[in-house]
Amino acid sequence: MHTESARLLIKTRVFTALVVLSNVTGNLSLSWGLRRVGRLVSVSPLVYIQALFDPWVALGVALLIIWLLSHMTMLSWADLSYVLPVTSVGYALAALAGRFFLNEQIGLARWAGIALIVAGVSIVGRTSVRTHSHAAGAAR
Amino acid sequence: MNWLLVGIIVAATTVGEILQAIGMRHHGEVHDFRPGAIGRMLALMSRNRYLIVSVAMMAVSFFAFMSLLSISDLSFAVPATAITYVLETALAKFLLKERICWGRWAGAMLVACGVALLAL
Repeated sequence: MHTESARLLIKTRVFTALVVLSNVTGNLSLSWGLRRVGRLVSVSPLVYIQALFDPWVALGVALLIIWLLSHMTMLSWADLSYVLPVTSVGYALAALAGRFFLNEQIGLARWAGIALIVAGVSIVGRTSVRTHSHAAGAAR
Repeated sequence: MNWLLVGIIVAATTVGEILQAIGMRHHGEVHDFRPGAIGRMLALMSRNRYLIVSVAMMAVSFFAFMSLLSISDLSFAVPATAITYVLETALAKFLLKERICWGRWAGAMLVACGVALLAL
């Protein structure tokens, strides 16, 4: 049981990193690309498809597909109420990325927000990864 | 316009992620990460009804998010959509029957406050 939970923890850490990194870089790349594409509010799918031809938008979409798949994989063993807060460290990184790569301003309130998120994530990170009974565990 | 898009994103993401969690729980824990096994996993996942609806919801949320990014800052768009996260923690307790101990509630509240501060 002890090695089992240790194994689960390592797997969870690796996937947390993958989920967070693909999300942050994906959003960053998308945001950068969309600045070049310009205003994009429409019901017509053609407008969106056209935007995909921008290389930064395309890279962002590819990274966000990796994000979706790694997020799904992680949910196959971890609680949603664990995955959500822990991967939200990405919000803090997104704000920092906006600051350093897109020259967006970060005021005192935003720095405080980043600090609270990091504190919250470190608390949730100490709780156990899985609390629901896992019906499919028997399939092993 | 900004807040309408945020509303669409929040609703679609919440439904999408709850269904994703239900679908993946049906799928069972993923153990094998070799390329062949990942291919088989994707094939299985593409026939999972919960996951199909979930991906459709995530697509709606994604296109709404793209629109939002095109008319506002990244540092507004990302935190504003984080309301989902409060909704989903509550739904995880009631729908997914997860046991949410004090550490998780405390962490959840800190993250929610942090995200609200980011949106200022």
